[in-house]
Formats: sequence, structure tokens, C-alpha cells
Amino acid sequence: MAESYAIGHETSHPALQHHFENMEQQREAGTLGMWVFLVTEIMFFGAMFLAYTLYRSQYPQAFASASNHLSLALGAINTGVLILSSFTMALAVYSAQSGHRRNQVVCLVLTILLGLTFLGIKAVEYYDKYVDHLVPGRLIPGHPFDASHVHLLPGAAKQNVEMFYWIYFAMTGMHALHMIIGVSLLSVILYFAARGRYGPEYHNPVEISGLYWHFVDIIWIFLFPLLYLLGRHLAHAG
Amino acid sequence: MEEYEAPQPSRINYLNAEYGLKSWLLTKDHKRIALLYLGSISFFFFIGGLYAMFIRLELLTPQGDLLSSATYNKVFTQHGIIMIFFFLIPSIPATLGNFLVPMMIGAKDLAFPRINLLSWYIYLLGGIITIYALLAGGVDTGWTFYAPYSTTFSNSYVIATGLGIFISGFSSILTGLNFIVTIHTMRAPGMTWFRLPLFIWAHYATSLIMILGTPVIAITILLLTFERLAHVGIFDPAVGGDPVLFQHLFWFYSHPAVYIMVLPGMGVVSELIANFSRKNIFGYSFVAFSSLAIAVFGFLVWGHHLFVASQSVYAGMIFSFLSFAVAIPSAIKVFNWTATLYKGSISYETPMLYALGFIGLFTIGGMTGLFLAALAVDVHLSDTYFVVAHFHYIMVGGTLLAYLGGLHYWWPKISGRMYPEGWGRFSALVVFVGFNLTFLPQFVAGYMGMPRRYHAYPPEFQVFNVLSSAGASILGVGLLIPMIYLIWSMRYGKSAEANPWHLPGLEWRTASPPPTENFETTPIVTWEAYEFAPSEEMEVVGRFSKSEGAVQQL
Repeated sequence: MAESYAIGHETSHPALQHHFENMEQQREAGTLGMWVFLVTEIMFFGAMFLAYTLYRSQYPQAFASASNHLSLALGAINTGVLILSSFTMALAVYSAQSGHRRNQVVCLVLTILLGLTFLGIKAVEYYDKYVDHLVPGRLIPGHPFDASHVHLLPGAAKQNVEMFYWIYFAMTGMHALHMIIGVSLLSVILYFAARGRYGPEYHNPVEISGLYWHFVDIIWIFLFPLLYLLGRHLAHAG
Repeated sequence: MEEYEAPQPSRINYLNAEYGLKSWLLTKDHKRIALLYLGSISFFFFIGGLYAMFIRLELLTPQGDLLSSATYNKVFTQHGIIMIFFFLIPSIPATLGNFLVPMMIGAKDLAFPRINLLSWYIYLLGGIITIYALLAGGVDTGWTFYAPYSTTFSNSYVIATGLGIFISGFSSILTGLNFIVTIHTMRAPGMTWFRLPLFIWAHYATSLIMILGTPVIAITILLLTFERLAHVGIFDPAVGGDPVLFQHLFWFYSHPAVYIMVLPGMGVVSELIANFSRKNIFGYSFVAFSSLAIAVFGFLVWGHHLFVASQSVYAGMIFSFLSFAVAIPSAIKVFNWTATLYKGSISYETPMLYALGFIGLFTIGGMTGLFLAALAVDVHLSDTYFVVAHFHYIMVGGTLLAYLGGLHYWWPKISGRMYPEGWGRFSALVVFVGFNLTFLPQFVAGYMGMPRRYHAYPPEFQVFNVLSSAGASILGVGLLIPMIYLIWSMRYGKSAEANPWHLPGLEWRTASPPPTENFETTPIVTWEAYEFAPSEEMEVVGRFSKSEGAVQQL
């Protein structure tokens, strides 16, 4: 900390904004800013996790029935895709720090492609739910919810199955929105990375975009078991 | 204290560095953004005040004769929404905080100037959408939007209003984020955490609440909006949802939001009390940490809004205990302010009058809050005018008075002009009298059983309502006077010197109004907060210093 406030000035770096004393202070501010932002994101998703927890404990059978209708395979593949994308993202940050421009560009492209793959698979899943009339309420006008495709476990009420699907769409939809923002963010980073803006001296934008990307992945790491793996053992019993 | 030679106001300052609409609408200067906020919150305060006027006019007589009950529902709802989300929440942080946080810690700007500007545009967008909802037909759910009335039964513009509040919430989140990062990373050399003015500690605590609470209300309002729009639901009992979950999520933000409103006010008052007593604050670290304690405890008391809403009685007992506990850090502040006054060299300029008013009114507001935190008493007082009076003592008697005090105190720094002191003192007195006349009778009416949110009431309550309406007109006049003379003073006021109050804080060690970069050179802080050292000569930093040296010290 102390050094960062030294009034000696190495102000020469072109990326230094006017209101910061030096690059170190600018880097610290950017990183802390992203962490604080991620805290707000946790609270944002937190309310939905709370609603999920409450209703899952109230209607366990309905939630398990609805969950069993989700595609375990597609969900699992998507989980793998995202974990892989986190790995390529980490490599992109490392390449930026160590000044390998080509690796950095390749890793960013891979990360973006993996992100798009995730979104594509998610779209397929959404379409399946649409075909099966599992989009709750009047989200799609003239296409009402119908639980007849869902195998109901004993004690499961249809209206609570509908509630599960609303929570499913709300949480995965909000997650997908964050993925879209992440892909856009990385595209901007890719543009500048290709022009050689980031290197050992200055790579904070890559780092904090990485933080964001990992965070969105972690949300999915929680969503996958909570939404897809619910009461799978019950499915075999029933 | 020895007088030092007043530095000449600089010719180039943040106000005249650039001209034209574009230089304001695209500015990244925190001081200009603070003024943009000042203008817009004043506008919303005016709208909210108009609604208050209609409420007080209607309640002048026991019959519902001026407004129909449906219209009255909309009027009190809109009064609450505008005043809370568009005036009180941004009031001190977005104007005074925006202006002063960088200046008090010796920084050139907030850490993220562009995000700061963005937050104003987001606020404005949310405000415009809300105003649209009000003009299109209004909203009648109460500012609390309780489900299932808001999701299913209300025939008013819930979706548009909800969207407006959802959007404006992000401006609050971004302001909080900016403050936290700025206070952590941008402090001038020597500005250690325990040399920070208490205004900064208060804003730090406020920012914590902003970033932890606001996202929860955002997603809650969003879910509510979807629920109404598409009949999907987790709050509607018709689909197995639980309306009490909405109340929990709503108050998880909205109770801490009370501390978003009052903590910055406490920060202002700490400054005013210490500086106009010309004394170091009594128990600096207690006052500083009590801000953090309020922020932490504030998140654990939301259940006291649900004492009569089917909450488990055991949960109620815990929430009741924690609500009593949150009074402790608040009381620490009040006691420390009082102890600061003791043997101080007190002068009664306008800001100090507001600060003293704050201590009295906040104490009444806080103590009556304890009535409501008591499980049994709350059953009797819930949804009566006692509650209305209680939170107006906190929000108007607390926040608004601190805001006005702070605005007067820093007005020379902000505008470079002095406000007329005589008018200032007069209006502070009018506000104090008008406020008490408005809300003190409401405690009595509420205790006797007058419910809130009705446009008609039994005739025996009329005397209290007439007193209240009379007080409201006095309060209105008291608020109009500063609005007029502050605008007047921008052109005709006496030019302010750099340090008109002769204080040690960093913001007073640069010109009035300050240059765009705040300080000519980065200041080095070698003094403690509120260090009134009578024998030492105080100087200012940068180009105003007597010698040619880069940095002057106290």
C-alpha cells in the first residue's frame, strides 16, 4: 500500500487515468471494484436462492418431479463446457500477464466460443421446455403451461411444478443474461488484446473480466445440482 | 485560533472551467455530478412535497371530501415512493457525499468517474419511468408493494413504477461501489483510516448497505413485476406462493434502507457538532465504529415489520431483541455528540442549528422506534399514525435536517458564495417549529388509534390533524425560504473565502469553489481529524500556500 502512494510518479503509462496517482493504485481500484460488484451479484442471486430453498423444502415432491424432466445430459455437458471455459479464461489472464499476445487471443476466442456453446445448448433446452408446454404462466402468450408431460411423484401438485419451472427460468434466465454480458465483455477485451494493448505492464481489464467470468461460472456450479439433480434417486424408486 | 491570510479565490474553478450544456451532461467531475444530482433530487423533493400537501389538505376534515379514497391511496403511495427512492436515498450520499468524499480524503475524483456519471443517468431514467407511471394513472399499492394486492388485484401502474424503482436502484449500487473503492484506494498519503473525517466513515457504512441491500430489492421488485405481467409466481398464494416471503425480501432491503437514509445524516452531524464546537469529537473511534455497527445490525432487524404478519413468535422475539440492540450504536452517537458539546466553543450558525435540531428529533424518532420494537406494544401501534410520526422523525427530522445543515455548511465550498446567515437561522427555526407541529400530534393520534392510509377518520381525531396540517404549511414555508435564498446567493451572495469557518478539514484547504482537480498537488496529511490546534498556524495546500513548496502541512 505504502509504495502505491509514493509521489515519485511513473505516470508515463498511456493507460493511466488522470485521477490516479500511479498504475498500482489504478489496478487496485479496478480489482476491488469488481470484487465489490460481485458481492452485489451474490445478493442479487441470493434472493432467488432463498425463494428456491423455501419452496423446495415446502414442496419437495413437486420440485423433484419437475426436476426429473430436465435434461440431465444437456445440463451436465453445459457444466463441463463452463468449467472448461473457466480454464481457458485463466489461461488468457496468464498469457496477458506473461505477455504472450497470440496465446492470449487464442484463449479469449476459445472462452467466447465455449460461452456461446453454453448459450446454444441452453437455447435447445429452453426450446424443449417450450414444446412440452413447460413455460410457466403467460410468459409466452397463447401457450399456457401444461404439466401433463411431467411424471408426477406422489404428493406433487401441478401448480408447484409450475412454480419450479418459474424458478428454473428465472434463475437460469438471469444466469444466461450474465453469460451474454460476459461474452460481450470478452469480445471487447479480445478486440483490444488483438491490438496488443495488454501485457505484463497493464492487464487489469483482462484480470477483472476473468473475475466476472469465473463468478458467472460459479453461479452455474450451484444451479446445476440444485435444479437438475433434485431427487434423482426418487425417480428410480417411482 | 490565529487567523491566516485568506487565499484569493482562483480564477479557474470547477464551475467555470468549461461552459455549455455538453460540459455538464458529459462531465466526469464528481463535483459537477453532485450538482446534477442536487438539481434532480430537488425536483423530486418538490413533487413529493406536492403530494404531501394534498394528504394534509384531505386530512384537514374527518370526511373524505377533497380526494376519493382511490385517489388518496395513490397520493400517499406516490408521496412515499418519490420521497424515499428518489429523494431520501440519494439525498446526502449522491450530492454532499459525491462532492465531498474525494475532497475529504485528498483525491482528485472518485475511483470510477464514468460510473459516477452513469449512476446519475440511471437515476434519471428510473425517475422518468416513475414519473410516466404517475402521469399515466399512478400507483396505489403503498410504497411497500405488498403481494398479492400488487401482483393481482391493484388496477394501477405497478409494472411501470416497479421498473422505475428497479432501474434507479442500480444508481444507488454504483454510488456505493464507487465510494467503497474510493475510500479504500484513493486516500492521500498520511490519510490513515483513523484520520478520516466521520463523514467518510458514515458514507463507508452507508455504501456497505447500498451494495448488500439494494440488489435484493432489485430482484424482488423484478420478480414482482414478472409475477404481475405473466402470472408466474412465487409470491401469489394462488400458485402456492407465500406473500410473506415478499415482505421478508422487501424489508430485508427496506429496513436497512432507513440506515442508508440516516447514516449519512449522522456523518454530517458529526462534522457539524465537532466543527462548530471547535473541539475534537468525543470518542472518535466509537462514533466511527458505531456507523459500521448500525450497518451490520441494520441487516438483522427487518422482521420487526412482520410482527403482525404471521411471523413465528420466536422469530419475533429475536427480531425484537435485535431491534433494541440497534439502538445502542445510535445512542453512542447521540451521547458522543452531546459530550463533544461539553466545554466546546459553540457558535450557532445555521448548520449548527440544524445539527442541534437533528440530535433532538433523531432522539425522539429513535426512542419511539423502541416502542415499535416491543412485541406487545407494536400490536397496538402497528399501522397507526404513531408509526407515521416515528419514521418522519427519523427521515425528515433526521435526514432532511442533516441534509439542509450540510448543504448550508458546505454551500460556500460548493458555490463559492455565502448564504445569508440571518435568513438561514430564521428558516432553520421555522423548519424546526413547523416539523414538530406537523408530526408531534400524530404520535398522540396514532397512540389513540388513528390508522394510517385512510382518507377519512373519526371526528375526535380532527384536532390533531388540524394541528398537523397547520404545521405542514409552516414546514413548507420553512423549506421554500432556503430554496429561494440559496439560488439567490449563487449570484448575489458574498464571495466565500477558501475556509470561511476556519476549520482543519482537507476540503477547506483548497479554494472555494475548488479547481477541477480539487487540489493543485496531492496533499500529505500529517494531522488528525478535527485537530483544532490553537497555537499552530493552518495553511492550505497547493498553489495557495505562502511558500513555493509543493505541499504545506498543518
